[in-house]
Amino acid sequence: MARTQVQTTINGVDVDFLCEPRQSLLEVLRDELTLTGAKEGCNNGNCGACSVILDGRLVNSCCVLGVELEGRSLETIEGLAQGDTLHPLQTAFLEEAALQCGICTPGFILASKALLDAEPDADTGRIRHWLAGNLCRCTGYDKIIHAVEKARDQMKESKV
Amino acid sequence: MEAITYEAPRTLDEAYAVMGNGKRTAVLAGGTDIIVQLREGRKSADQVLDVKHIAEMVSHSFAADGSLDIGAATPCVDLYEDAEVVKRLPGLIDAASLIGGIQIQGRASLGGNICNAGPAADSAPILIALGAILKIGSKAGTREIPVSELFAGPSRNSLQAGELLLQVRIPAQPANSNASYLRFIPRNEMDIAVCSSGVSLGLGADGNINHARISIGASAPTPLFVEAAGASLIGKAPTKENFTAAGEICSAAVSPIDDMRGSVAQRRHLAKVLTVRALEGALKRVQETR
Repeated sequence: MARTQVQTTINGVDVDFLCEPRQSLLEVLRDELTLTGAKEGCNNGNCGACSVILDGRLVNSCCVLGVELEGRSLETIEGLAQGDTLHPLQTAFLEEAALQCGICTPGFILASKALLDAEPDADTGRIRHWLAGNLCRCTGYDKIIHAVEKARDQMKESKV
Repeated sequence: MEAITYEAPRTLDEAYAVMGNGKRTAVLAGGTDIIVQLREGRKSADQVLDVKHIAEMVSHSFAADGSLDIGAATPCVDLYEDAEVVKRLPGLIDAASLIGGIQIQGRASLGGNICNAGPAADSAPILIALGAILKIGSKAGTREIPVSELFAGPSRNSLQAGELLLQVRIPAQPANSNASYLRFIPRNEMDIAVCSSGVSLGLGADGNINHARISIGASAPTPLFVEAAGASLIGKAPTKENFTAAGEICSAAVSPIDDMRGSVAQRRHLAKVLTVRALEGALKRVQETR
């Protein structure tokens, strides 16, 4: 099958890649670009494990075609840490033990980042509502919510 | 997924040319249904036609007469982040803000939701209640139909070969009216409606109901416009008793199935309860904005 050339920006870096039109963005990230942070959970838009931020919007990469990336800007979990310095959300997830198996974690962190970027003051109810599209099958949600609250407070403090 | 080609035209004429090239076409708007269906083999196509690069398909605006034109591929998030739409059409926002989670709402469109024609499509009952008109285009020109005529059966729409849904138009709503959409699901978010009700309700100068449209979702092969339920309210006072009578007409009108999400009896009951509550919600909005 003919492969299509796609020019895009991923985590601030210009990227060119070839893919088949039938490949999802998730498949392109994992299989073509070796960006394996986005995880395949359900592969049908229910679990949020493959969440990425496309032109500022949180989306499930399993429900996007790789070819749709042409000319767009993508953020994945790989772009969050600055060198060895973790993003406040990553630190908070570790400190609050907000993960066990880790499959859902990149999606939760990106979803939380999209929320806190847009709404730095998001309250607990808003956080729970926003994260309804991300499923966790081991930790349960309380620790995840606590981690997001902690990161929210730290991000607000560091901005002051 | 079977091998496909990908087309992303910039104009409708180019899109119609793609649709007329002899290949089997899947139209791609937000992709939250169609990409999964193609991958799981529930639908097949030779080519995907991405309509999101056609400006009129992904924009929305109020016309001078107060109607809202929504490009068929406009994502739900564009609607609920628009303060003017939120203020003028809160009933539409009820649906647009609960189709899937945030990830889905960033991509999924009203046009895709109704073309997918699921009986439980969240946007369908409220679009029926609001009297939405669909603009359908093809190489031959355009035609308009009421949204209820799009639903041909479970997961079947009435578009003909070569036709593309271009726009969902919400006509200007009657003065002193408002709308509401409610659904029942077993969890708090992110689920498929067991039953749902979309209503539009208007009051006359005498305080009695002079406008009412009611639609039930997930309780028949297609989203159902229960015209008689709305008609039963005209000229009457907006009381719980009258709302309940309208809800009972909905209960009788539906033809639900038993499935893993709910039973026939539960859905009939929900059709009434949700209709009463949606009418109360619409009434509250009328009273608050008067």
